[in-house]
Amino acid sequence: MTQADVTEIDPNRPAPFPRAHFLSAADLNPATATDLLDLADTYATLNRAGAVPLDLMRGRTVVNLFFENSTRTSASFEIAAKRLGAEVVTMPVAASSVKKGETLIDTAVTLNAMRPDVLVVRHAASGAAALLSQKVGCAVVNAGDGRHEHPTQALLDLLTLRRAFGDVTSLTVAICGDVAHSRVARSNVALLQMMGARVRLVGPPTLIPGDADRWGCEVFHDMREGLAGCDVVMMLRLQLERMEGALIPSTREYFRFWGLDREKLAWAAPGAKVMHPGPMNRGVEIDSDVADDLSVSLIQEQVEMGVAARMAVLASLSARTEADQ
Amino acid sequence: MKPLAIINARLLDPASDYDGPGAVLIADGRIVEVVHGQATHRPEEAEIIDAQGLCLAPGLIDIRVTTGEPGAEPKETLKSAALSAAAGGVTTIVVQPDAEPAVDDPAMVDFIQRRGAALNLVNVRVAGAATQGRDGKRMAEIGLMDEVGALYFTDGDRVIANTRTLMRVMSYAAAFNALIACRPAEPWLSEGAVATSGELASRLGLAGQPAIAERIQLERDLALVEQTGARFLVDQISTEGALEVLARARARGLEVAASASINHLCFNEVDIGDYRTFYRLDPPLRAESDRRALVEALRDGLIDVITSAHTPAPAEDKRRPFAEAAAGAVGLETLLPAALTLHHQEGVDLLDVLRPLTHGPAALLGLEAGVLEADAPADLVLFDPNAPVVIDADALRSKSKNSPFDGRRLQGRVERAFVGGRPVFVRD
Repeated sequence: MTQADVTEIDPNRPAPFPRAHFLSAADLNPATATDLLDLADTYATLNRAGAVPLDLMRGRTVVNLFFENSTRTSASFEIAAKRLGAEVVTMPVAASSVKKGETLIDTAVTLNAMRPDVLVVRHAASGAAALLSQKVGCAVVNAGDGRHEHPTQALLDLLTLRRAFGDVTSLTVAICGDVAHSRVARSNVALLQMMGARVRLVGPPTLIPGDADRWGCEVFHDMREGLAGCDVVMMLRLQLERMEGALIPSTREYFRFWGLDREKLAWAAPGAKVMHPGPMNRGVEIDSDVADDLSVSLIQEQVEMGVAARMAVLASLSARTEADQ
Repeated sequence: MKPLAIINARLLDPASDYDGPGAVLIADGRIVEVVHGQATHRPEEAEIIDAQGLCLAPGLIDIRVTTGEPGAEPKETLKSAALSAAAGGVTTIVVQPDAEPAVDDPAMVDFIQRRGAALNLVNVRVAGAATQGRDGKRMAEIGLMDEVGALYFTDGDRVIANTRTLMRVMSYAAAFNALIACRPAEPWLSEGAVATSGELASRLGLAGQPAIAERIQLERDLALVEQTGARFLVDQISTEGALEVLARARARGLEVAASASINHLCFNEVDIGDYRTFYRLDPPLRAESDRRALVEALRDGLIDVITSAHTPAPAEDKRRPFAEAAAGAVGLETLLPAALTLHHQEGVDLLDVLRPLTHGPAALLGLEAGVLEADAPADLVLFDPNAPVVIDADALRSKSKNSPFDGRRLQGRVERAFVGGRPVFVRD
């Protein structure tokens, strides 16, 4: 796909989303993922050119339902929806009704009665978005459920990679660090493999699920071996708050063996790029020297592509709803 | 009350290994006579039930029933549990001590027994807590509770993590020949777990308990049994590894009983695939290889008791994300048809299915029931082993409807249940 092809896509006429909800990377197939990426690419170009807002979602309501605090993802979805012309309501439920004993489903049913078009949900429990999708009449987008999945993150990561490398099918991507607690890793493994990339998992044995070798990835506990010849080093946030008990002896030791710095990055292929879903623990899983070097780091680009990828998802879901009506 | 004769039945008595035609004569709450083969005469003064095409077996004994009374009546009362039991052909239930407050003193044991007796339905018996408040620290009044009728002692789903406390509980209980039951679940490996560790749990992003947690804890518990000489029940064994440990202990002469829940005999971890919280159980549903090992253990007699592990949870506790939902399932009313799937689908002999539901628990707890013989209490169940049923959770008599069998097609239907010769359930 060339840039010329991309610009031919009509940003106001997206292909309908293949499913009623976007809960998991597995909701896509290579063809639909490519369609979404093409659309997102177009939005990214328009965003850069300042040629937004669009009115694709005029009159529609997107509710951001964040049971877990996340300023970045919440803002990214909000901007994406607004650029498509939707009304956006952000509900910081982490601090409100749920604390009064209302169950997740009660909240969903209440919101559903207000007839939103899309619910964007983040929740600390795996499967929460899937549960909500069964109880509401509108489209549900999973913005992160426990340690299960974060499919829009995988999509934006893929978009970032495609823009950086052109073709992703020949890439070798090392996903490094706290894989066990990472929903980003689960979605990325599924989507990257679906699109033909080779995926490695690198980290201490306590942070890599015991059966990860059955995910179709190569598993390494040594960074030197794991990064050897890699085109992309995708660092994960060390989820200290999700660790029950001691999974690593100290952040100091973790950084020594698995934190990404210049020396370790040199073990990867020449021209390798660095990614991180953010927010970063600087000096724990990644050195600022690497994170802030725009010649190797795609981290800022990831944030930018987040808006474009989410625009593509919302627009495509909206097109499906329209087709259904 | 007039004597009652149940004739032309297929009698199933696991205690005597009898499976054949016969009749039972009942008077004054007890079995007066059991006739094997065709009954030659019909006592004229007796009420006659012609049970042609049906099976007559001792009423089921369920030693692991959680109710909400006292403390959480919206989940389940003793009455709703007893009604549910009767409809399931369960004629004796042993209520777990995890009420609010915990059943950890003789007054509480006595209270539940009295309330249960006043219902005039099924036999309601009690398991006392092994430690005060089930805190795993201070021993409960095992002797006094034993005196007023507690059948065994357990902290229920809570593991007594402190090995010294458990050793003292076991040593002390031995003085009363009291039975101690413990869940084998190594607490640190189990902390926060809601599923069995493995590919499925990690794909679903659910915190997993490794199967080895059960084996490790069982090894510890059995070492203490050997040390103290306590009578011991392994409560809800669920993994192949733990079954191997149990078999080895039995082989070297250790007299240890084991129970398994009907859910773990019927379902495996794949059932949680859609995050359906009715399958959120404790212990978590295991791999298919573990389930098959349990069925084999049942066939081999390694499992002494099958329980329903009846754990009511109202909708508000189950309508949550999987990891946050309450663990457990109701099971009293579905126990028999679910167990019969082991006969119909796994080919387990009918007597081997019924033994751990009747004679097994009776022998373990020293109850008179669980047999078809003269002078035994007339606690009986009459059922059609082949009748197809579709389980409808909403129609269950339990106040909570959290049944993993909801919507499942099973084979086997309870027609009547008798306690002390009284009909406590008759199908419409």
